Amino acid sequence: MNITQLLFWVLTVIAIGSALMIVTSKNPVYSVLGLIVTFFAISGHYILMNAQFLAIVNIIVYAGAIMVLFLFVIMLMNLSKATETLKNKWLQIVGAIAGSCLFLVLIAALKNTEVKQNLVEMGTGDIGLVKSLGRELFTTFVIPFEISSVLFLSAMIGSVVIGKKE
Amino acid sequence: MYLLAIDWIFIIEKLVLIAAIVTLSMVVAMYATYGERKVAAFIQDRIGPNRAGPFGLLQPLADGGKLFFKEEIIPLASSKFLFILGPLLAMVTALLTSAVIPWGSSMNIGSRVVPLQVADVNIGILYVFGVVSLGVYGIMLGGWASNNKFSLLAAIRGASQMVSYELAMGLSLIAVLMLTGSLQMSVIVGEQYNAVWNIVYQPIGFIIFFICALAETNRTPFDLPEAENELNFGYHQEYSSMKLGFYLFAEYINMFISGVIMATLYFGGYDIPFVNEANLAQHIGENWVALLTFLTLMAKALFFVFVFMWIRWTIPRFRFDQLMHLGWKRLIPLALLNMVITALVILWLKK
Repeated sequence: MNITQLLFWVLTVIAIGSALMIVTSKNPVYSVLGLIVTFFAISGHYILMNAQFLAIVNIIVYAGAIMVLFLFVIMLMNLSKATETLKNKWLQIVGAIAGSCLFLVLIAALKNTEVKQNLVEMGTGDIGLVKSLGRELFTTFVIPFEISSVLFLSAMIGSVVIGKKE
Repeated sequence: MYLLAIDWIFIIEKLVLIAAIVTLSMVVAMYATYGERKVAAFIQDRIGPNRAGPFGLLQPLADGGKLFFKEEIIPLASSKFLFILGPLLAMVTALLTSAVIPWGSSMNIGSRVVPLQVADVNIGILYVFGVVSLGVYGIMLGGWASNNKFSLLAAIRGASQMVSYELAMGLSLIAVLMLTGSLQMSVIVGEQYNAVWNIVYQPIGFIIFFICALAETNRTPFDLPEAENELNFGYHQEYSSMKLGFYLFAEYINMFISGVIMATLYFGGYDIPFVNEANLAQHIGENWVALLTFLTLMAKALFFVFVFMWIRWTIPRFRFDQLMHLGWKRLIPLALLNMVITALVILWLKK
C-alpha cells in the first residue's frame, strides 16, 4: 500500500463517516458540521487526482459560503430545540425496505456499467490545474460556459428582485 | 533517506519550517498585543504598560500567564463540543494561511535548496481565499454555542460582515491575478521581484483589499461583532481563560497574516527595495540574503499591523447598515470597475 492509497482510504473513511453523521445526528448544527467535513474529504480526493482548482473551489463555494448560509438559517430558526416526533413503526420498516431496494438496484446498475482499466488518473495529468482548465472552458466549452454564467446572473438578479418586494 | 517511498528529509524540512512559522506567528501576535497598547497609549498621550520588565516588555507574558491560570467556565446550557470547537477553529484558520506564503528567498543548507515556503501550490492565492472564507466558523460556532443572545447576535453580525466583504476582496484579487497570470504565490512575488511592485498598477485594488482585510479581521472601524456598547462583549462573551485568549490571539494572528499577504501581493513580498538581490548574494552568500529578505517581509508586514492599530485608535466604529452599504454598494462596484479597467488595459497593451 503506497502513500496515495493510504490517503485515499483515510479520506474515504472520513467522507463516509461524516456523511453518516449528517443523517444520524439529532442536532442540525452537527449535521451541517458533518457536511462540511464531507466536503473537505472530497476536496482531499480531488487533490489526490491533482485537480487542485476543483478542490479549492469546492471548499470556497460549499464549505465557505453555502454552509455558512445553512448555519445562518439553523441558528436563527433555532431548529435544534425542536423535538422530532417519532414516526410510525411501520413507516420506518417500509422506509428501510425501500431504501435497501434502491441500494440493490444501484449496485446492479453499477455492476453492469463498463469500467475501463484506468478509472482515474492519480496525481498525474494537469487537466485539473487552473491553466488547462481555463483553456478548456474558454475554447472547447465556451458556449455552455457562457450560457451557465448567464443563468447564474439571472438567478442573482432574480433573488435581488424577490428580496426587494418586501 | 527513503522509507516507505517517502523522502524523510523533505518531511523533516517542512516540519521545521511549519514549527518556525507557527512560533513566529504566535510571538508576533503576543507582542502585537503589547504594541497595540503602546500605540494606543502614544495616540492618547499616555505611557502604556511599563511595569513588567524594562519598558513593560514582559507584559504579554504576564497577560498570557493570567489567561492560562484563570478559571475555566463552560456555561451549563451551552453545547460543550461546539463551545470548545469555536476558539479552536478560530486559531486553526488563522494559522493555516501562512502555509502558502513565501517568507524569503531560498536558502542553501548542505547541498539542499530549501525554499522558505511550506507549500508552493498551484492555487496559492485561492487557498488563502478558501481559508479566509472558513474563518467565519470560529466566530459563528462560538457565538451560537454560548447560548447567549448577545453572542448569537454578534456571531451573526460577524458572519454576514465577513461573507459580504469576501466578495469585494475576491474581486480586487482578480485584478492582481490578471497582472501576473498565475495563482502561485511564488510567481506573484517573482514577477514583482525584478520589476515594479503591484501597488503601482493596482492602487485602487490595494485600497479595496486593505479595507476588506480590516473587515475580515474584525478590526475597527468594522469591529461590530465586538461592539461593547451594544453587545456587551461580542461573540466571546461567555468565554473565559485561555479559550478567550485564543479568540483574542486569533485576531492578532489574522492581523499579522493579512499584513504579510498584503505585502506579498502588492508590495513585492520579500523583495528588498532598491537592492539587486542576485548581486548581494555574490557578496555575502545566499543564506544571509534569505535572512535579509525575510526581515524585509517582516518589516513590511509589521508596518501594516501598525497601520491597523493606528486606524483602530483614530476612527470610530461604523453602524451596521453603513457597513453593509459600504460593502455592497460602494466596494463591490468599485472592485468590479477596477477589474474591468485592468483587463481592458492589459488587452490594449498586448495588442
